[in-house]
Amino acid sequence: MAGWIFAGTLALAVAAAYRPFGDYLFRVVTGTRSSVVERGVYRLVGVNPAAEQTWGVYARSALAFSAVSILFLYLFLRVQDKLWLSLGLPAVTDHIAWNTAVSFVTNTNWQAYAGESTMGHLVQMSGLAVQNFVSASVGIAVAVALIRGFSRRTLGNFWVDLIRITLRVLLPICVVATIVFLAAGMVQNLSGGTDVTTLTGATQHITGGPVASQEAIKELGTNGGGFYNTNSAHPFENPTTWTNWLQIFLILLIPFSLPRVFGRMVGQNRQGYAIVAVMAVLALGSIALTVGFEIHGAGTVPQAAGAAMEGKEVRFGVPDSAVFAATTTLTSTGAVDSFHDSYTALGGMMPMVNMMLGEVAPGGVGSGLYGLLVLAIITVFVAGLMVGRTPEYLGKKIGAREIKLASLYFLVTPALVLIGTAAAFATGNNTTALNAGPHGLSEVLYAFTSAANNNGSAFGGITVNTGWWDTALGLAMLLGRFLPMVLVLALAGSLVRQKSVPASEGTLPTHQPLFVAMVVGVTVVLVALTFLPALALGPLAEGLS
Amino acid sequence: MRLPTWLAQHLAALRALLVLTVLLGLAYPLAMVAVGQLPGLRDRAGDTRLIGQAFTDADGNPVRRYFQSRPSAAGDGYDPTATSASNLGPESLDLLNDVCARSKAIGELEGVDGRRPFCTGDGVGAVLAVFRRDGFTGPVTRVVSVDQTGTPFLAAYEGVPVESAKEGEDYVALGGVITPIRGDAPAEPRVPADAVTASGSGLDPHISPAYAALQVPRVARERGIAEDAVRRLVAENTDGRALGFMGEPAVNVLELNLALDGA
Repeated sequence: MAGWIFAGTLALAVAAAYRPFGDYLFRVVTGTRSSVVERGVYRLVGVNPAAEQTWGVYARSALAFSAVSILFLYLFLRVQDKLWLSLGLPAVTDHIAWNTAVSFVTNTNWQAYAGESTMGHLVQMSGLAVQNFVSASVGIAVAVALIRGFSRRTLGNFWVDLIRITLRVLLPICVVATIVFLAAGMVQNLSGGTDVTTLTGATQHITGGPVASQEAIKELGTNGGGFYNTNSAHPFENPTTWTNWLQIFLILLIPFSLPRVFGRMVGQNRQGYAIVAVMAVLALGSIALTVGFEIHGAGTVPQAAGAAMEGKEVRFGVPDSAVFAATTTLTSTGAVDSFHDSYTALGGMMPMVNMMLGEVAPGGVGSGLYGLLVLAIITVFVAGLMVGRTPEYLGKKIGAREIKLASLYFLVTPALVLIGTAAAFATGNNTTALNAGPHGLSEVLYAFTSAANNNGSAFGGITVNTGWWDTALGLAMLLGRFLPMVLVLALAGSLVRQKSVPASEGTLPTHQPLFVAMVVGVTVVLVALTFLPALALGPLAEGLS
Repeated sequence: MRLPTWLAQHLAALRALLVLTVLLGLAYPLAMVAVGQLPGLRDRAGDTRLIGQAFTDADGNPVRRYFQSRPSAAGDGYDPTATSASNLGPESLDLLNDVCARSKAIGELEGVDGRRPFCTGDGVGAVLAVFRRDGFTGPVTRVVSVDQTGTPFLAAYEGVPVESAKEGEDYVALGGVITPIRGDAPAEPRVPADAVTASGSGLDPHISPAYAALQVPRVARERGIAEDAVRRLVAENTDGRALGFMGEPAVNVLELNLALDGA
């Protein structure tokens, strides 16, 4: 019962934040004035904040920023042993550095390394955590540019969006969250750690580090990269039962509030409510199923143990851990407070299904909204086919070019997931899986699903720090982030050129329960058609045999 | 000289990244380090009592006067430099063997019945490899108890006598179908679930109130104090659910053992 109240209070808190926080985000991305600090930053960067960009320039700016970020982070990781606060750790090997650089710049935060034994403090706070901020801002910026495709005649300026979202939204919330986390017992220092003598006389090395400041943005930016190997299960990353609640709230805050920004920018709040309703229906359904499967505790080991407690912390318990697992994969976060690999077969399938939905319920910051708007466009198109007229969405005609871009967007991640999984088996690299049988296939499928959807969580038993895995998953993360992003911006460019057509009697209303149900249906059907065969070989085979 | 557009764009990107790195990667975390030193936060942040310990001797055996923590997959156990979960799946035979062995050992330590579903009396997984004439179908031709080299836990399965396993034989590769046997152990074993499963972090500082209650008689006996006194300390070191609904009630083992040593 407590677990259901836990989930219910989170839903209420996110709902309560929708209007006020969404309105705040709206003012940030539509405001015209710059603060003194922002003007200083624009001058240092050398951009004119008043300049409007075409979709091509917007896309090239986002890509240039990300390319420079990957290169910078790669070099940072490769020379960390020569830098301050390296704690005597060696340089990160070339393939792990490539994988990690791509991982953090793409907002994935897949970790092919164990934080405490690989990364010094400087590279954590000045390399990895910086990307936690800016990769989140890039996602939100692209979503806002897509909305402008519907609502304005121009798409805005990437640099202004990037700087504003970072400085006015992410940073202030992180400062407050960090202080709260410190009060809860999280660690925030530059120490290499201290040795303590245990009660039985052994020595235990208690680690230190700038953890709390990284935790805040890890959740708020739907990043998920842990300071330590065991992420939010670690007592220093998630000390109490209520920090667990707060972390889930931070994960959901921005993605669930962005539809408000959408509604306000297109001038019809009800359009925002329709989009957030789609997200909420899918999210609540998924959370309920995940919690239900885990409490039920099917499978040989959970029944032998008496509960699905393997890989879970006593303070969080089974239901709250399952809520975390569902929300971290419904968004593109990938932080974990329990280990999905040891979940029941069907309970462990839910995180995979959540990612396969394309992470749109509510999805990563920005990427969730633009993913769902693409699905809404596909739904409008499908509905248009039924009645035989050219579909339109918010006054913009969905013609051949728009639907081609939307379809290509949808195809990118399934192609990466299924081709990647097949390639792992074809080349024999699936043998690095820890578990045997269907569960071994699930580990491989989970890895590519997580990478291509920029999630970052894992069925952690599989060994992925080999050259093949680091390279393949790096490519999946890179293509899974930037191909859809370019397609979305091209779509925005195509919409922004069109004159708005007034709604007529034949226009499908896109703010009513019928449309919400249709988008939910289209999303679930597309995913089921794409992934059911793969799931049948993995978690379904394991759970139903 | 005017730079080509693509180069100018990448230079702007580099400048933006450097400015943001100074702001977000240095100023922000270092300011937060400073905030963490403020009175009121200083004693709370990074409390070492949040990190669990193993209360075992050099050979890994439980020290009987202490409450015992959960199993841990972090290094050799409770190693903060190598935090880890086991990552073994719900049908993993290795994990099943671990669970069964732990339950048997804890049952013996606490003097209670350590039997559980899917476990043999000698503390391994009750798992058969069942060979059928046509692979998955047809009559049973051969049955092996895969984790037992001694007397099998079951004499016969579907009329076929159960053999014990031989070292190095892979019965799955030979075509046997892995079949766990539930057995007649109670559905709610005396040894609680958290006692036989490893945590996610490998540093879990807590055990369930049920596991603490199981250990009270032993600790009281070893220390020569009344069980009620020990129970009182357990209650004092139990963290309830925050606001009554967040998480699960949990006993901090380190604080409890410290309190016992101080009593």
